[in-house]
Amino acid sequence: MSAYEPVIGVEIHVQLSTRTKMFCGCELSFGDPPNTHTCPVCLAHPGVLPVVNEEAVRRALLIGVALGCEVAPRSIFHRKNYFYPDLPKAYQISQFDIPICGRGEFIAIRDDGSEIRVGITRAHLEEDAAKLTHAGGRRVGAAGSVVDFNRGGTPLVEIVTEPDLRSASDAAVFLRQLRQTLLFLGVSDCSMEEGSMRADANVSIRPVGADQFGTKTELKNMNSFRFLERGIDAEIARQTAILGSGGQVTQETVHFEPETGAITSLRSKEESHDYRYFPEPDLVPLAPDPSWVAELRAGLPELPLPLRRRMVDEMGLTTEDAEVLTDSPALVAYFMEVAAAVDPKAAANWIRGELRAQLREAGQDPWESTVTPARMAALVGLVESGAVSVPAAKEVLAEVISSGTEPADVVEAKGLGQISDEDELAAIVAEIVAANPVQAQQLRDGKDKVIGFFVGKAMAQTGGRADPQAVQRLVRAAVLGQ
Amino acid sequence: MIDDSTVHHVARLARLRLAPDEEHVMGEELSGILEHIDVIRGMDVEGVPPTTHVIALENVLRPDEPRPGLSRDDALREARHVVDDGFGVPRMD
Amino acid sequence: MSLRDLTAAEQVAALAAGKVTSLELVDAHLAAVASDEVGAFLAVDPDRARARAREIDALPERPPLGGVPIGIKDALSTRDLVTTAGSRMLEGFRPVYTATCVQRLEDAGAIVVGKTNMDEFAMGSSTENSAYHPTRNPWDHTRVPGGSSGGSAAAVAQRQVPWSLGSDTGGSIRQPAALCGIVGMKPTYGAISRYGLIAFASSLDQVGPFARTVRDAALLLRHMVGRDPMDSTSLDMPEAIALPVASDLRGLRVGVVDELMGEGVEPGVRDAVGYALRMVEALGGTVVPVSLPTTPLGLATYYVLAPAECSSNLARFDGVRYGPVVDDDTLLDQYERTRGELFGPEVRRRIMLGTFALASGYYDQYYGRAQRVRTLIVREFSAAFDQVDLLASPTSPTVAFPLGARTADPYSMYLADVCTIPVSLAGLPAISIPCGLSGGLPVGLQLAGPAFSENRLLGAAHALEQALAFDTLPPGLVT
Repeated sequence: MSAYEPVIGVEIHVQLSTRTKMFCGCELSFGDPPNTHTCPVCLAHPGVLPVVNEEAVRRALLIGVALGCEVAPRSIFHRKNYFYPDLPKAYQISQFDIPICGRGEFIAIRDDGSEIRVGITRAHLEEDAAKLTHAGGRRVGAAGSVVDFNRGGTPLVEIVTEPDLRSASDAAVFLRQLRQTLLFLGVSDCSMEEGSMRADANVSIRPVGADQFGTKTELKNMNSFRFLERGIDAEIARQTAILGSGGQVTQETVHFEPETGAITSLRSKEESHDYRYFPEPDLVPLAPDPSWVAELRAGLPELPLPLRRRMVDEMGLTTEDAEVLTDSPALVAYFMEVAAAVDPKAAANWIRGELRAQLREAGQDPWESTVTPARMAALVGLVESGAVSVPAAKEVLAEVISSGTEPADVVEAKGLGQISDEDELAAIVAEIVAANPVQAQQLRDGKDKVIGFFVGKAMAQTGGRADPQAVQRLVRAAVLGQ
Repeated sequence: MIDDSTVHHVARLARLRLAPDEEHVMGEELSGILEHIDVIRGMDVEGVPPTTHVIALENVLRPDEPRPGLSRDDALREARHVVDDGFGVPRMD
Repeated sequence: MSLRDLTAAEQVAALAAGKVTSLELVDAHLAAVASDEVGAFLAVDPDRARARAREIDALPERPPLGGVPIGIKDALSTRDLVTTAGSRMLEGFRPVYTATCVQRLEDAGAIVVGKTNMDEFAMGSSTENSAYHPTRNPWDHTRVPGGSSGGSAAAVAQRQVPWSLGSDTGGSIRQPAALCGIVGMKPTYGAISRYGLIAFASSLDQVGPFARTVRDAALLLRHMVGRDPMDSTSLDMPEAIALPVASDLRGLRVGVVDELMGEGVEPGVRDAVGYALRMVEALGGTVVPVSLPTTPLGLATYYVLAPAECSSNLARFDGVRYGPVVDDDTLLDQYERTRGELFGPEVRRRIMLGTFALASGYYDQYYGRAQRVRTLIVREFSAAFDQVDLLASPTSPTVAFPLGARTADPYSMYLADVCTIPVSLAGLPAISIPCGLSGGLPVGLQLAGPAFSENRLLGAAHALEQALAFDTLPPGLVT
């Protein structure tokens, strides 16, 4: 057990998936040719002015409401001044001392069901920088880097937490669940890989039991949850080693190198930052109408954590079912529609299991496949009512996926309905028992497991159409006279 | 009042290269101007709110609707160094 | 009488009556621009102006401004027409868009003949800070026209154009209008879109008209005002701008600002302003003294706020996306050399001052404090307008000064705006009209009103203008 306790806070940048940029009408784009989504405003031509995107404000408020933040009755924008080629105005329009969303709280749940309570310090609106590509040694003209302004000006919400996290794994759990919440709000694509969600961690350690915080470092460059967890662990280890050998942690920005697992310092010769924040004179205050905020609060979708709880408590799902099915809002919607028509647990089993397995081969998600919730519910219904066997149902599902036919029609066309005529089944069973005297004797000798052998034979002979329950009963009747 | 090292620091913040003799002159000029400006430091402004805007506007918002932007040629046409359809800048070390 | 002697309104009327074509008007003025004795212009585009005139002449119905030529301060962005803001930093820069106010005027039938000279990035009060050439005062070629919109003022006084646009941050329209013997107006902050105005100090900048008559100023203003979706700080006027017709000032209470009539105001200026105030009374108005005790702090407040905002606004000029660049091997060297070498001395000085005022450890003492003093100034004006309808003062404490007289001492140049700055800080509308001569040089009277009192201001200025009957033709100017 280490003598030190880690203290971790995170800053999360979320790109809002609005149609247009934060302060101009350029469409957001991903992967388009460079500098094809720009205008005088986002290129910072002389004389241009910013105008706030209403939808970005709405989404920032939605995030604030979902995180239980106090919404500022009146917030303002500030200019954060610094020179860098990806920042065309040489200032970022951001929020400083009066952000749109103030204190809130997010409760994440560990795998063992225990809670991680994380204070939200603030959530504020700002604009993203442009993309800078290093020309990689190739020098054309005076160029060492090339700037593409397509991304420049994308709306961002920065969420800052209190230093309430105590381990790298808690940080990862928190971020995963925060991400899921943001996905449910529909405010962002939240892709760590594509950079639409980015997290930095402030990490310090202190002797267990100490009240005061140690010197923190800011850990950057983590583009997946796995790297984030590994990076924080590596930084904790580095700081522990420093303090253990009597050294002192320097307040600085550090990078985690995923390839080597190493932490590198970004210490630069640059003068210390002095951002010279001052109120943005080109923009007026945001004072969201309380009725607007109330409307957003009332219209919040059911968020993943309460939803999971409800799935387990009220719908009879396992914790694992609930976790898998709340992976995305679309999957939740799909499941809910199926579960409204049939037994939720059966729906969960089919969707989690066979449906996802079969669709994986086609590279499809349930909600975009030909298996509409109505068809899925129909199929589950057929199984539940005993009209088709499970193996037959799997075949029906494959046919629904490939042809988009209604399950009942597939059953009809392929003759996959269960043989429910007792006399017909009894004849088949009698035939099988007669042909397999050894196994029949074993059954008589009390070796009950051998019943499966007969069921298998019956299924093979009927092309899966026999009702296994009925076969078992008929075999016992034929062999044991029960 | 504004010494050479402050001038140097501020010039770096503002990304303005001043020759060493210019730095000294700049310091003297700024000090001269600040002497006049210092009258506001004697004012009692306790409890007086700052004015950022003289007009009482709030919530000026734009609908999230795309507007036509610039063609790439227009976006790049005034740049001196165009590289790979982007704006070229020198190395940053 | 030359076509150039017609006021803009008279030109509009002559066009409407079919007595003259837009092409004839444009050619007459282009000829005067071509022999630019006062150095009012930085860029002229005769082909474009003439093409536009032909287009308008061919229209079945003339637009409201008929095809009358106009000069535009080089601080306003004009698509494809070189726009430098008087700086080497934008030498040869061809904007990709046109400022809203210019677009509105072009849509109304004004024809841009060229871009007028100015102090670099509008920082200065004499137009001597232009990186290209100084502009001379049409009344005396050895003297400055004022600034920063000196080119626009000189062009109108010289009758190269009947009207023009300037921008006013601390007096940059009113002071050159005064020094050149013409009318200049700064509207209420927010009345005219700033979209396309190359920013100096965003919370103070306003576009406004220069003209030889108050009526022309009103006409131009009428076609520019109103909310622009591209400028969050713009808004609609409560009422349309009316063309002034008042011939008396009955019932009007005019307050004379004590603090702006005393020390530093030249006797000749005080005399001319005093004459105008007696004329106010003769026209039926009342004149009362008013004290605005915080206004003497206006200059200091302004020289914190404006440089601070400018230091941020001018940070975008780095040679990467537009404008010239001083190439170097590393980004830092390139930034510092581009900005160090291409900005002129006054711009560098203000960027330094503003960066200092915002820097960590100084913000509260300077920027934060200046914003609070600004509040006091706003309150004082507001209280004054409970007592009076308009405030009067000299526009400039002096008449036009000789070229070079103040360039060595930055602060002496700043003093030129001592009367105009307080009004700017309060965001109020103000007009300067010529009210007489001192030593053969024009003197301006500044009238300021409450926010959005443009019509009251224009009406009073018009009535006074008729009574004062100032002759705007500079001595020796042959049109």
